[in-house]
Amino acid sequence: MVSFCAGPSSFSEGGLIVGENLILGYLPIFIFLLCIFFLGAVMLIASQIFGYVAGRHYPTDEKSSTYECGMIPIKDARQRFDIRFYLVAMLFIVFDIEVVFMYPWAILFEKFDPVIFGFIEMVIFIVILLLGYVYIWRKGALSWR
Amino acid sequence: MENIGLYLLIIILKIIGIITVALGGVTVMNWVERKVCGHIQHRHGPLYVGPLGIFQPIADGLKLFLKEDITPTNVDRVLFIAAPLMAFVPALLTFAVIPVGPHLMISDINIGLVYILSVSSLGVFGIVMAGWASNNKYALLGGLRSSAQMISYEISLGLSVIGVLMYSGSLSMTKIVMAQQGLWFGFIPKWFVIPQFLGFILFLVAAFAETNRLPFDLPEAESELVAGYFVEYGSLRWAMFMMAEYVAMISASCVVVTLFFGGWLPLPVIGPMIEGLLPAGVVLYAMPVVWFLSKVAVFMFFFVWVRWTFPRLRYDQLMSLGWKVLLPLAIFNIFISGILRVIQLN
Repeated sequence: MVSFCAGPSSFSEGGLIVGENLILGYLPIFIFLLCIFFLGAVMLIASQIFGYVAGRHYPTDEKSSTYECGMIPIKDARQRFDIRFYLVAMLFIVFDIEVVFMYPWAILFEKFDPVIFGFIEMVIFIVILLLGYVYIWRKGALSWR
Repeated sequence: MENIGLYLLIIILKIIGIITVALGGVTVMNWVERKVCGHIQHRHGPLYVGPLGIFQPIADGLKLFLKEDITPTNVDRVLFIAAPLMAFVPALLTFAVIPVGPHLMISDINIGLVYILSVSSLGVFGIVMAGWASNNKYALLGGLRSSAQMISYEISLGLSVIGVLMYSGSLSMTKIVMAQQGLWFGFIPKWFVIPQFLGFILFLVAAFAETNRLPFDLPEAESELVAGYFVEYGSLRWAMFMMAEYVAMISASCVVVTLFFGGWLPLPVIGPMIEGLLPAGVVLYAMPVVWFLSKVAVFMFFFVWVRWTFPRLRYDQLMSLGWKVLLPLAIFNIFISGILRVIQLN
């Protein structure tokens, strides 16, 4: 929003001065979201309607059963699956929070008073992060058979 | 606030423009992919519908539109119908903050890059929903693989842009492009690809994995999972998954160009020569878009080229590449960028 009205072209969004109002910057995105959602919903409904109107709706038992290479499906598909998927999800949450934590630091990098101070702070943080990383690697959490 | 009507009208026009360009891009991209694939494999690709088969994607779209829309009996109906929408909406939503030219974006919010990373990661919900709702073993496996893959590579994706942020000092996409203006020694552009080459490579690899493109297309591996998470889908619902994938590819190209290749800024040396021949109005308003789109086109070609050059990874190789190679390299990249910035600023 800060550079909403500045820049090489003198284009000022229909003359409306938006200034420092941060929330108003999300209004176009919200309208965009509604438009895309509407478009997608229209496509889904249209595909349903055309399926009936064009007279191509002949469901049979074979056609509407689960696909399993032409065989009759064996058991339900929703069985237990590998615990590693859960493990990856857990590790992801931990690491993703670390990533988000680094963003403000990276943006304010030039503004640390001695720049080296900000850098050393982040090195200490990354070393602690790496200790955990080495631990999970050694424990075998990252290896797939 | 008497201009609110005009303000809304401009927003709506921009939205219509972006949606048209994105979906038109999907159509063109579909044709380009099949044509390039054909020529790489020493065959012709689409040939008969229109000149050089250029209307083939439109014909295929019409065919899909008229197909019978089957909903299998033992699926979870609500999730099954909602899943294509959940894949399609976040893919297009990324375009809201991509600057096609100066001010040619739907909204220049100050956290543009975080917005892109968060919205693009929402796409995984559509894939998991489709995999779970289909009640099919292939679909479930595809959905699980996809979710594990996307969240693994998202960490590398997030870490690889931190170097860029240390140079730009802002998350706003416009300011990131503005920070890349200027030349070194009069001919090397100050694009972030040069100081951040390792970051660029990491970002590109992670972006391939995020968009489920071929070296990493485990979720839909044809030879083992048939079609992965959308095996039970047909007609336009299937087309929506396909469109989401192509839109994600286009938006990934746009983000790479914006972050590392100077967005709408002209090419060095050649750019001013071409712009010198054109009238001032064209240079100011049209040329940024031309530069941006031509850079994006290069990356979209690269996406197709890679698809037919590298074989698919095995799943354990995929996970160890993400966690044991890209993640340490990304942290190393932050460390090196930090040292370079400290030297530069002192």
